[in-house]
Amino acid sequence: MWNYTDKVKEHFFNPKNSGVLETANAVGEVGSITCGDALRLMLKVDPDTQIIQDAKFQTFGCGSAIASSSALTEMIIGKTVDEALTLTNRDIAEYLGGLPPEKMHCSVMGAEALRAAIANYKGEEWVDDHEEGELICKCFGVDAAMIERAVTVNGLTSLEEVTHYTKAGGSCQTCHEKIEEVLEAVMARTGALKPAAKHTPGTVGLDAIKPLPAKPEPAAAPKLTNVQRMQAIMGAIEEMRPQIQRDGGDVELVDIDGKDIYVRLTGACSGCSQSAGTMMGVQMKLVEALGEFVRVKPASLMPAHAG
Amino acid sequence: MTIPNTALPNRGVYLDNNATTRVDPDVLAEMLPLFTEHFGNPSSMHAFGAAVGGKIEWARKQVQALLGAAHDSEIIFTSGGTESDNTAILSIIEAYPKKREIVTSVVEHPAVLALCDYLEKKRDYKIHRIPVDNKGNLDIDAYRAALSDQVAIVSIMWANNETGTIFPIEELAQMAKAVGAVFHTDAVQAVGKIPMKLADSAVDMLSLSGHKLHAPKGIGALYVKRGLRFRPMLRGGHQERSRRAGTENAPAIVGLGAAAHLALTHMGEENTRVKAQRDRLEQAILAAVPACFVTGNPDNRLPNTCNIAFEYIEGEAILLLLNEQGIAASSGSACTSGSLEPSHVMRAMGVPYTAAHGATRFSLSRDTTDAEIDHVIAVVPDIIARLRSLSPYWEQDAAKPKEFAPVYS
Repeated sequence: MWNYTDKVKEHFFNPKNSGVLETANAVGEVGSITCGDALRLMLKVDPDTQIIQDAKFQTFGCGSAIASSSALTEMIIGKTVDEALTLTNRDIAEYLGGLPPEKMHCSVMGAEALRAAIANYKGEEWVDDHEEGELICKCFGVDAAMIERAVTVNGLTSLEEVTHYTKAGGSCQTCHEKIEEVLEAVMARTGALKPAAKHTPGTVGLDAIKPLPAKPEPAAAPKLTNVQRMQAIMGAIEEMRPQIQRDGGDVELVDIDGKDIYVRLTGACSGCSQSAGTMMGVQMKLVEALGEFVRVKPASLMPAHAG
Repeated sequence: MTIPNTALPNRGVYLDNNATTRVDPDVLAEMLPLFTEHFGNPSSMHAFGAAVGGKIEWARKQVQALLGAAHDSEIIFTSGGTESDNTAILSIIEAYPKKREIVTSVVEHPAVLALCDYLEKKRDYKIHRIPVDNKGNLDIDAYRAALSDQVAIVSIMWANNETGTIFPIEELAQMAKAVGAVFHTDAVQAVGKIPMKLADSAVDMLSLSGHKLHAPKGIGALYVKRGLRFRPMLRGGHQERSRRAGTENAPAIVGLGAAAHLALTHMGEENTRVKAQRDRLEQAILAAVPACFVTGNPDNRLPNTCNIAFEYIEGEAILLLLNEQGIAASSGSACTSGSLEPSHVMRAMGVPYTAAHGATRFSLSRDTTDAEIDHVIAVVPDIIARLRSLSPYWEQDAAKPKEFAPVYS
């Protein structure tokens, strides 16, 4: 659900000046049913004073498209044509207490319909330079078309540059992957994405020179503390459990006494003829994990005092 | 602690069950002890863990029963439909690295489509997206033509989320099997509404989502037929037999188990009472509103779903006015998603733009009452008429569309 302001809701649920204006002497029509929004703005302009005496609209579109249209008519009635022309889409959005970034295009449609209607009144032909793409940066309302333009016109090559030129990706930074996709697509088209220069055999380009790898530390056998050793044993046994559980059994660590590791086999393992083999498997795993020799013994063989 | 609470209606008419469902009170009751006394980690050796482990295995058996699977070990619990879909596809292409093609349909959920787009763009996979006809039926000839021994996996949904249209999954799975391709189906909308017996089926993998069947959000499952090559997406601990690492979401898993059990019990009701309510709603709207039609295939669809395209008006505006009347529905309109194109499903069926933007989905559940349907039938015609009175494409007095061709398209 969009977070519409009360003002947007007011103009959507009870739109002002909707319907056909029979006495209109200026009509502006923009949008298309393909885009999902279209607006017909009808004005009645007094030829002597150039004042917009009445305005009505018909809108095919979402809640904010209808609210923007309604707001627009309220804003221009009583203004002269030239005063009305100073209105921008931002003014419409502000009048409505703001629009979600995805919906700013609704206010753009309102501003365009106004210009189209006034051009119609003046007998001019209105040319639309409307261009819109997928919304990329929600924080600053930047769409793909705007990023493409900025990249093409300014020859941008990096995400940082795109942010400098368009602000896209400068706030929450979650759209960076999408910005890079647009950037790559444009660069691939314009040929800016050339493969790295190849060097002739025997020569070395500066970019191929890399710092020498740091000298590896001598691999001194690490001496485990008692706690680390215990954790290594527990970890190794934990790793083996799924395999043993798959056969319906389980293994549990009971005690560690120097080189002697006491475990208990449970479930299907207890009394199983293969249990000795399982014990050997656990022992091999522990020897491998600890890098030292240990003996794995059943808990039943624990000395009485070990409890 | 305060959580923002945007005024929720005390009681509304909820007809958006394909988006999500209410957690059944019985499901919640099964879950609650898992937060309090049975909080243990099922991997632990002590009694706290063991109690939870047993409940998870109970839940697994319920899901097994709902799907008619041969073994409970074929069920892997995941975080939901999207994870299941992603796991299925990524697992199979990793298991069969030499096969470089994937077959899917144009009307899949983004969980499949966006991943396929990514694999096409970044990993050079060849993606066959099978088209549908104007009723949303899959083009079987195109499907047959796309199948070959180069195909690693076929991923085709069981039923469409927007129109409810059902695909002939068994037939499609058999055809995939014949060329040695793994067959996966996103059955998120179908599970619980269509009886299934995967034990006797050629379906290799199936995704389901808990919150579409009265379990909570954040839980789902992936069915993987025994013996199928599988590579986990999440690696780590041994949970889910090392096929999906990470401590089990025990309360949600138990919730899904309880929901699966209830879904099996209520399957008949979905296909009788709920279906009758859906039909009554649909017929009443079609009779009362001019210039609207049902999208998808009305003769072969989910019993709870009805998608009506209202021409010459826009879906979000419809939803906002329905919401004023306490009715929750959803739309294939571009404006509800913030994109410029209407739903890819509507476009794939060739629904004209004049209608695609006004496509409105009503999806019922076993919670839906006759009184609720009466309310919707009572208010929809006025809502549509009111918006058409604002539309430049509609001639109000003549109650018919009119010519309108604005400057740009």
